[in-house]
Amino acid sequence: MSWPLYEVFVRAKRGLNHVHVGSLHAPDDAAALRNARDLYTRRNEGVSIWVVRSDAVTASSPDEKDAFFDPSGDKVYRHPTFYPIPGDVPHI
Amino acid sequence: MSSFEDVLAADRRIEPRDAVPDAYRSTMVRQIAQHAHSEIIGMQPEGYWITRAPSLRRKAILLAKVQDEAGHGLYLYSAAETLGVDRDDLTERLIDGRQKYSSIFNYPTLSYADVGVIGWLVDGAAICNQVPLCRSSYGPYARAMIRICKEESFHQRQGYELLLTMMGGTAAQRAQVQDAVDRWWWPSLMMFGPPDADSPNTARSMAWRIKRHTNDELRQRFVDMTVPQAERLGVTLPDPELRWNPGRGRHDFGTPDWDELKRVISGGGPCNAERIERRRRAHEDGAWVREAALAHAARRQEGETG
Ligand SMILES: [Fe+2]
Ligand SMILES: [Fe+2]
Repeated sequence: MSWPLYEVFVRAKRGLNHVHVGSLHAPDDAAALRNARDLYTRRNEGVSIWVVRSDAVTASSPDEKDAFFDPSGDKVYRHPTFYPIPGDVPHI
Repeated sequence: MSSFEDVLAADRRIEPRDAVPDAYRSTMVRQIAQHAHSEIIGMQPEGYWITRAPSLRRKAILLAKVQDEAGHGLYLYSAAETLGVDRDDLTERLIDGRQKYSSIFNYPTLSYADVGVIGWLVDGAAICNQVPLCRSSYGPYARAMIRICKEESFHQRQGYELLLTMMGGTAAQRAQVQDAVDRWWWPSLMMFGPPDADSPNTARSMAWRIKRHTNDELRQRFVDMTVPQAERLGVTLPDPELRWNPGRGRHDFGTPDWDELKRVISGGGPCNAERIERRRRAHEDGAWVREAALAHAARRQEGETG
């Protein structure tokens, strides 16, 4: 009977995304948030924190990495460099 | 398994759930757990002085430092858990002696000068050890080390500043500082582990990029860094063989008492029993708090759903 694991995400400052910083154990969501503040933002490292129970995260599997990401591998036309534009066309 | 080797060869990071050799996983678990335990046990020698700090300012600093060490322990347990181990199990392994922690924390803190010397020498040696680990091949460990190294610099500087202050005080205070240096110097050198010739796992750890430098390389680096700091402070490092070697461009120094290191690692240090006993008591005495918090969480959830 131990405390569940939570993943912690911190927004370092306004204008940036929340970034995963690590995990911690806590008895419930509210305590997880307070523990995350004490553990991961002791020196003003954040202006906002998300915590989410680790067992609520659905992740892609490393074993099927190649197959899973294959569909984007052969679509070079999604990149701007696919399109040759004469050098005398301005601002493009 | 080739992708494991490809990642290492390209000096990229192994991430949780990647397929790795069993020995890599177990070595990583052992190293991270041992490191986490060291941070947690490491709170005790200095924590002893929190209620005895000479001023409110020193007390606030020491409290913040010891709290950081707790944080370091938790970052590292969090990294260990990504390898599929259970945190409670790691705590059990520490308490019943199946996993080790750094031998340095088995020495007593006899005066307030010890707080300064620990910050200067022990955290200083830890920094030497830890900076290269920020590039360790295991991603979660490397990331925890980056966070830790950022915080260690405060630890070392507050220690050195404390010592500078004491050295500017009375003759008795200066004598306390010298006495603390005499007691902590050799154990600090032992923090880098046994000499390379007696460190059979080093080669494999370097190949796996778990380790970046050998024990002796890091020890030499620490000595070279520390000698000018000791001179500036006005203390003598207790090693008659310590001298600058212009040929090598480095300091020569004496041999630590490796028998003492073995003795302390295997439980025979001055404070081994006391440190573990204290950790066990904290764990057992805290059990009702952990259970009550869970019961409270369950009750509240019932209230919400029912
Ligand atoms: Fe630390
Ligand atoms: Fe530290």
